[in-house]
Amino acid sequence: MQLELKSVSLVYDPDVQNPKKAVDDISLTLRKGEFAGLIGHTGSGKSTLVQIMNGLLKPTEGTVLLDGQDVHEKGFPLRNLRRQVGLVFQYPEYQLFEETVLKDVCFGPKNLGLPKEEQEERAKKALSRVGLDARYYDASPFELSGGEKRRAAIAGVLAMEPDILILDEPTAGLDPQGRNDLLAEIRKLNEEEGTGIVLVSHSMEDVAAYASRLLVMNHARLVYDDTPRHVFEHYKELEAMGLSAPQVVYVMHALEARGLDVRTDVLTIEEAKREILRALGRK
Amino acid sequence: MRYTTLGQYYDADSVIHRLDPRVKLVFTIVYIVSLYLGNSPFCYIFAGLFLAVVIRLSKVPVRYMLRGLKAVIFLLLFTAFFNIFLSQGDVVFQWGFITITRQGIETAVRMAVRLVLLIMGSSLMTLTTTPNDLTDGLEKGLGFLKVFHVPVHEIGMMMSIALRFIPILVEEAGRIMMAQKARGADFDSGGLIKKAKAMIPLLIPLFVAAFRRANDLAQAMEARCYHGGNGRTKLHPLKYRRLDFIAYGVLLLYLALMIVLKIVTKS
Ligand SMILES: Nc1ncnc2c1ncn2[C@@H]1O[C@H](COP(=O)(O)OP(=O)(O)O)[C@@H](O)[C@H]1O
Ligand SMILES: [Mg+2]
Repeated sequence: MQLELKSVSLVYDPDVQNPKKAVDDISLTLRKGEFAGLIGHTGSGKSTLVQIMNGLLKPTEGTVLLDGQDVHEKGFPLRNLRRQVGLVFQYPEYQLFEETVLKDVCFGPKNLGLPKEEQEERAKKALSRVGLDARYYDASPFELSGGEKRRAAIAGVLAMEPDILILDEPTAGLDPQGRNDLLAEIRKLNEEEGTGIVLVSHSMEDVAAYASRLLVMNHARLVYDDTPRHVFEHYKELEAMGLSAPQVVYVMHALEARGLDVRTDVLTIEEAKREILRALGRK
Repeated sequence: MRYTTLGQYYDADSVIHRLDPRVKLVFTIVYIVSLYLGNSPFCYIFAGLFLAVVIRLSKVPVRYMLRGLKAVIFLLLFTAFFNIFLSQGDVVFQWGFITITRQGIETAVRMAVRLVLLIMGSSLMTLTTTPNDLTDGLEKGLGFLKVFHVPVHEIGMMMSIALRFIPILVEEAGRIMMAQKARGADFDSGGLIKKAKAMIPLLIPLFVAAFRRANDLAQAMEARCYHGGNGRTKLHPLKYRRLDFIAYGVLLLYLALMIVLKIVTKS
């Protein structure tokens, strides 16, 4: 399956004097299996874009195509789109409402009209994916800790088993440990099930280590859509947008400026280490 | 969804915005009373014109004000409906058990006009007064009630917090609704019972959010040593200025004219 946005734009409030576009003429294609990062500073339009992706917001201009079909055409079952493209909102823990965690996670599958056994089966699988075991099934979602609530809420979308999973700043407000655990689980989901991932973040470090494709937004526009290596080559432009490349990119550029013959398109500390050793060894 | 203009502050720089909140409070109360004073069409036309001038002065766009009215349209239709069908008098139309009387129509129109003016008039106050000023105005304007042990300060504070919470909760409701829709929830189709049931995933998180926010706010207030009105001083104490006295003069004039109109048009 593939999801294609064709020059979509969205204006929230056409009534005001100078209507501002929250998303401005963006085209891109998402496929099952890939891991994309979507970054941009606060207010650049990331949340708006992802809500367009699963049909919650209808673009003022442009079309959204699911496997070539216009999703806003009359008669298209939007629920189909939402089943295939799952969206985890920012601070998803505020959407919990059922008496027990298991019931809450069943809400999505139930809305898909699945039989009860399959609802529970999917819910249990989703919960174990996010690291919540059987002890949590009958707990009230309101009694969980912040991090556990977040996991339960993410499981609520996972249980719909989408082909593409979009997560809007899923690590916001988590401690470093919780953040790493969550990102690792998301990567595992991508590798084991082939679920396409769109990870929204304003932190480069988060996204750089996981994503194989980077979408960079600035002032409602999509400015880069490329591999992380290529995007970080533009670290100066990124800075002008209030973003930054990972620290190692700066180190490598500084070394190069001082005459060490190193590659500058590295992403991780490990890679940087090897590259520096190689350059020094040759000298 | 995001915009309920009713009771919200509209930022602009106008004479009305600069008036002392107490003046606006008195204005609003007198205006409402005046609507119940006169009964003839002339009185309403006069009251409407007066309001139109004040709205013009306030620089609040008319479209923005009308948007606020949308929220009460149901109430308007409801009262009009009952007035038209349940009044006694000269029959102008009859069909089966449905009778419409001249008096009924008159009352319905009168009530509707009155209600519209009343709502526009009082929302103009909240549109042109920040919640802070509103609290101050209430507190000082009603200060005399303290003698009777009415907790004036607390009431004012509660009112302004309630007003401040409306847009926050509306926004929160929108967000939760979207999040549940992303999980396949359907708020639009089905019969009444199904629709009511569909609201549960929206209402529970909304209540939880309201309590959470209230709790956060209470803690933030305590952390800043808030302990009610006793011994509290103001950074910007309210003081009447020339403009405010002029406004009171205008108000008196309006009231006088209204009474004259009422007497003249009585016959
Ligand atoms: N519901 C809304 N109504 C009106 N404007 C909105 C709404 N949501 C977001 N915006 C505006 O749209 C722009 C993009 O917001 P958003 O997509 O939330 O950005 P991000 O997620 O990148 O922080 C911002 O200027 C924001 O103020
Ligand atoms: Mg956002």
